[in-house]
Amino acid sequence: MDHRSAHTYPKLYFYRRIVQAKLFIDAHYAENIELYGMADEAYYSKFHFSRKFKEVYRYTPHQYLVFVRIENAMRLLASGMAVAAVCKAVGFEELSSFSRLFKRRTGMNPSVYLLKQQALHKQIAEAPLTLVPHCFAYQYGLVEKEQFQTSDI
Amino acid sequence: MITRMTHMNIYVLDQDSAVDFYTNKLGLKVIIDAPMNKDARWLTVGTAEQPGFEINLTPVHESLLHSKDTVDALRDLIKKGTFGVGIFTCTDIMATYEELKAKGVEFIKPPTKEFYGTEALFKDDSGNWFSLAQLTPVNA
Repeated sequence: MDHRSAHTYPKLYFYRRIVQAKLFIDAHYAENIELYGMADEAYYSKFHFSRKFKEVYRYTPHQYLVFVRIENAMRLLASGMAVAAVCKAVGFEELSSFSRLFKRRTGMNPSVYLLKQQALHKQIAEAPLTLVPHCFAYQYGLVEKEQFQTSDI
Repeated sequence: MITRMTHMNIYVLDQDSAVDFYTNKLGLKVIIDAPMNKDARWLTVGTAEQPGFEINLTPVHESLLHSKDTVDALRDLIKKGTFGVGIFTCTDIMATYEELKAKGVEFIKPPTKEFYGTEALFKDDSGNWFSLAQLTPVNA
């Protein structure tokens, strides 16, 4: 084994373990997962594992789990699912902690986010061109939108 | 005074395939998906970490601006990998490279040290290529 491969093997192993942990969270965020079981599996202490994970992703494993749950909550709310159902579906047990963490990330309560998404879906269904820049719609011959008038300035 | 960029267009060969690639492989999320006609949607994606910047996955179809000849030429050029579209940055390039490779993303250059950081090149499902970079602090 040359110097280069001797040096790179442990680093590659480290990266693969950290990436596997991230992908595990991505796939199992909705479950009651034992985050630091992954540290045991990789022969790391809980603190070493958490520190290394944060070095790579800027979040501790727990912070990343919350991030993934909130991102998926946004996706489910956008699909029209009710707030309480979303809370359970992404792995939170308490509605209050879900709402608090959701608001911390998005700046609004889940119920407000749901209403905004419902309004957006209504707009997409009833007047989709109001979301498409005119320059783009023009290419497709979709020119029903009002032209901008310089006299409006 | 120009202040920020909010949208950019990427020409893609198939919007359904592209949205699957950009969301399920790259990890971006759909921002707007609005129908325009039977062949095309206003379909934008973005990253969770950079709200306010949307990538419009633009289908290559005949339109008022693009004749059939233009469409055929453009599709051919995209498939040949003619277009380098942009740079995605990440917190750790080795981890991101390992993850995207595991998801089947095609890399045309592995992570390589450059004067501005460490960079790899990958292709999207149409043939457009991107830089994936972990920039040195002075360039980030």
